[in-house]
Amino acid sequence: MANKQLTIEELVVKAKEIRRLIIQMLAKAGSGHPGGSLSAADLITALYFNVLNFKSNDPQWPDRDRFHMSKGHCCPLWYAVLAKTGYFAQEKLFTLRQLGSILQGHPDRKTPGVESASGSLGQGLSIALGMSLALKIDKKDSRVYCLLGDGEVQEGSIWEAAMAAGHFGCDNICAILDSNGCQIDGKCEDIMGLEPLAAKWQAFGWHTIEINGHDMQQILAAYAQAKTIKNKPTIIIARTVKGKGVSFMEGVVAFHGKAPTQEEAQRALKELE
Amino acid sequence: MISEQIYQRDVYGQTLVDLGLADKNIVVLDADLSSSTRTNLFAKQFPDRFFNLGVAEQNMMATAAGLASCGKTVFASTFAVFATGRAWDQVRLAISYNNFNVKIVATHAGITVGPDGASHQALEDIALMRVLVNMNIIVPCDGPQTADAIRVAASTPGPFYIRLGRSKVPTIENKGEFKLGRAQLICDGNDVTIIACGMMVYEALLAIKNLAQKGIKARLINMHSVRPLDNEIILKAARETKFIVVCEEHNIVGGLASGIDEVVAESFPVKVIRVGVRNRFGQSGEPDELLKEYNLTSSDIEKAVLSNISSS
Repeated sequence: MANKQLTIEELVVKAKEIRRLIIQMLAKAGSGHPGGSLSAADLITALYFNVLNFKSNDPQWPDRDRFHMSKGHCCPLWYAVLAKTGYFAQEKLFTLRQLGSILQGHPDRKTPGVESASGSLGQGLSIALGMSLALKIDKKDSRVYCLLGDGEVQEGSIWEAAMAAGHFGCDNICAILDSNGCQIDGKCEDIMGLEPLAAKWQAFGWHTIEINGHDMQQILAAYAQAKTIKNKPTIIIARTVKGKGVSFMEGVVAFHGKAPTQEEAQRALKELE
Repeated sequence: MISEQIYQRDVYGQTLVDLGLADKNIVVLDADLSSSTRTNLFAKQFPDRFFNLGVAEQNMMATAAGLASCGKTVFASTFAVFATGRAWDQVRLAISYNNFNVKIVATHAGITVGPDGASHQALEDIALMRVLVNMNIIVPCDGPQTADAIRVAASTPGPFYIRLGRSKVPTIENKGEFKLGRAQLICDGNDVTIIACGMMVYEALLAIKNLAQKGIKARLINMHSVRPLDNEIILKAARETKFIVVCEEHNIVGGLASGIDEVVAESFPVKVIRVGVRNRFGQSGEPDELLKEYNLTSSDIEKAVLSNISSS
């Protein structure tokens, strides 16, 4: 791990810092996806600060754990965490979505710490599967983490990958499902029902852990449990709130893909102090 | 100039085994067609580096990308329709945009798939791959050239699309060295240039013999490398011969002919006649029947030359 382990209290503070950066980046960029970035902020903060093995000064370190953000539109969260863990200077965050920036509107290998592009939903779990198989061939103990959105799992290719990871018994995969219940056109259950999510993944041969995705204790316990599961992949189904941490964004579908105005950003930052 | 008839996919399977012995970094994927694509030869020899992903081509292509992100040289095989059509989005973003070291080797391309009919006859695959940045495309004309293509792809970083047929093809002798981006001059002549790829090179060769008897000296270029194209040899032909006939087992839109059109239109416009499938889907039939029905035979090439030579 690049950083020392943080306490629960420190992680909570760190996640708040990450959320502040997300708001500031998006307000500066003028476009982007706050809702899902905020809902997964606790999960990914805990992952990078306490779980993932990496060297931010050597992004290609062969023994690193892999992380892939399959729901690529939530990259402001990823970029903020990468900056905070030392992959690049924090001021770069404010070039998000600008011409020539290393921080593209969706993940791109131009960014240190990004292993593969994403942005077309449904591809990322297959990428994680490929990473898992490569690590198994090389007999490495590194693990593969992959963040999925709940709307994203409506893509059929997710289930192709789920079936294959179950079939091959890829116990080095830990998928994280940011189940915030919302997608662009409304609530997931109204648009295209997903439940029962846990039963679906279990039927594909996965170990499932359902948690409150904003409770650091539960998050860390889930990551720890996932490491102990053998011969099958694990998915953490994290129940979250879209826009979490900013009262006027919480559960509001409109903030899926709309950046805050300057005024909204100021209000949001006040709430995140 | 022509000897034995062999399956390109047999050569592919055997070449993969040879490469696998020398390079432990090679991983092979298939989507439930390993006995047809012949990746089963590699699977038998190296079970730890072969994964059959079942009937799930999209997953196969993005899995290939994930393996490549960890430094593997990945060969992913299925039929050409599925490799390029079914999984195009994965090929675009996960392989081509990432510029990963994935070699898509597709078999059963073109109309000569035969009785399986239109659903299985890829006549658009070159078009679908040709628009992708970073993608190298090779359409080998025979068995030995298939081995050359596979070896070059394995040793050249970046994504490749290699297009193979289902049926046996005759070996074309004396082609010279195989180089990516460098076409092969099979025979010289200054009355007309015929540019072909894949199994159409043989048909073109037959046409050229008949044309010679009529006193027409045709130049034949084997454009195995569809991307990058050999612009130099194309423009030389445009300058030195009266017109160009392009032959491919593909729709006349978007494939090799379109590539040649783009090159000559920009730098030295000459007439380009297309011998290919003219905006039709395929259908069931035996390969030789289909080649006749879709005007892809040596006599169709000959006609294309004869009907244009007087007007040039």
